Amino acid sequence: MLIKLTRRSDIKESHVTDEEVYLQRRQLLKQFGFLGAGALLASASNQSYASWFSDEKQSQFKTTPLKYKADSQNSSLILTDEAKVISHNNFYEFGAKKEQPAQLSQSFKVNPWQLKVTGECENPITLDYDDLFSMFAIEERIYRLRCVEAWSMVIPWLGFPLAKLIAKAKPTSKAKYVAFETLYDPEQMPGQTNRRLGGGISYPYKEGLRLDEASNPLTLMSVGLYGKTLPPQNGAPIRLVVPWKYGFKSIKSIVGIRFVEHQPATTWNDLAPQEYGFYANVNPNHDHPRWSQASERRITGAGLFAAKRIDTLPFNGYGEQVADMYQKMNLSQFY
Amino acid sequence: MTIVKLSKAAPSNKLSSSAKVTGLKVIIHILALLPVVQIYYLAFTAQISGDVVQRLIHFTGIGAFNLLLITLAVTPVAKRFKQGYLMQVKRLLGLYSFFYGLLHVLNFMLFDLQLDLALFFAEVVKRPYITIGMLAFIALTALAVTSISRIKRRMGKRWQALHNVIYLIAILVAVHFYWSVKSELTSPIFYFAITLILLSFRYKKLNALISSVFARKSAP
Repeated sequence: MLIKLTRRSDIKESHVTDEEVYLQRRQLLKQFGFLGAGALLASASNQSYASWFSDEKQSQFKTTPLKYKADSQNSSLILTDEAKVISHNNFYEFGAKKEQPAQLSQSFKVNPWQLKVTGECENPITLDYDDLFSMFAIEERIYRLRCVEAWSMVIPWLGFPLAKLIAKAKPTSKAKYVAFETLYDPEQMPGQTNRRLGGGISYPYKEGLRLDEASNPLTLMSVGLYGKTLPPQNGAPIRLVVPWKYGFKSIKSIVGIRFVEHQPATTWNDLAPQEYGFYANVNPNHDHPRWSQASERRITGAGLFAAKRIDTLPFNGYGEQVADMYQKMNLSQFY
Repeated sequence: MTIVKLSKAAPSNKLSSSAKVTGLKVIIHILALLPVVQIYYLAFTAQISGDVVQRLIHFTGIGAFNLLLITLAVTPVAKRFKQGYLMQVKRLLGLYSFFYGLLHVLNFMLFDLQLDLALFFAEVVKRPYITIGMLAFIALTALAVTSISRIKRRMGKRWQALHNVIYLIAILVAVHFYWSVKSELTSPIFYFAITLILLSFRYKKLNALISSVFARKSAP
């Protein structure tokens, strides 16, 4: 017979914490530990700490499958994982950090949309949301994308050649350049009002091409990638893709295309002309002032080792199709 | 070397200063190591969205700078609030700043340049912001190595002279940060201001240091 003597210091059954409560507390403490450490150094975790205190999951933006003609010419290129393509973005309107656009743009409204084609042309056009997908046949184009920051990807875009839209608008003899503009909507694009979030660049974002560059068969108006419509972080509903130029030329979420007589002002060129030229052709022999452009980090997946350092090609490897446009130009002067 | 004060073993709620130092060191170890373990775990398991490499480089860089500034804040805080025992955690904080700086350089070498050493040296020489960043790191390495007690004792008076270089390092790192950003100058300017405030507490010392450098050239 077991006679159990209890001392006053013994713990009472009623004082024992329920295991579930205990585990929740451990979890909380762990998070506070990280929270404290994070506050001391920098946010370490991938998710924002705020998400621990709300159970709300942000609803994902809905993309829809598109019908298209497959790209048979470039199928040998190793594609970058779709998950990486849609989570590693430069789109300062939704935050200057690479992971922010995917996190902060999921409620972006793309329908209704208006893309106005105006300026020095005989036939100004306004495309609404449905026109973007129905006015021209959609084709797949597998292109290398080379960012000015020396990383690169290979992306299967869907879209139509800008040349087709230009032909429809009939530019006049005065039209020498094409100016592009991104949507300005601070309500939806937090980076446009918050300097810290939006990297302190001026909005709306502006880009431009020479008319012959815009009409080059490679220049694509993209409405999708990986078989579906574009997610907002990649420039939904319509963006430009100029594969032989650095990524910042490929302007996202376009609302305006204007035919103009003189070289238009462009956002990054205005901000730091010595770093970002108007032409911005991929050129391994012309370094960015702060880093070499001779090689690039080709990203294929999400892991730390899913990237290889490879040599950068002149015109990003599209010289055959585009080099003749720059024959008379000194590319070190017009970088 | 810590000097343990023999206090009467009376139960009091006042901690001896050596206990305070030990406790503080444990906290510093935890707060400095946890985020590093966490971010590398996430990076190696492919759980970081966005640019993993850039993320690691920025994280370790700003971490090194934060710890450097915290190290520089110890003396003014200890003097102002008369908490002498704080001086004993300066070395640990400084070493963690070096540790983060080392990770910062290694990330750049291994994950960004993928061990292309020729490119690494070319970049260090060619890019002013990397040059001064590297100078700061080399100087910090010298301070880390000479923080070993035996070496410190052997150096005698020269030790303090060498470790005054920390003020120069702070300025170099502030400039390195400022020059390294693409746009958005708010953070670098804020950090620059904090650096200058922390250096302003050493106004007299820095004045004497600077004039002694120039005095050597014009002997009376």
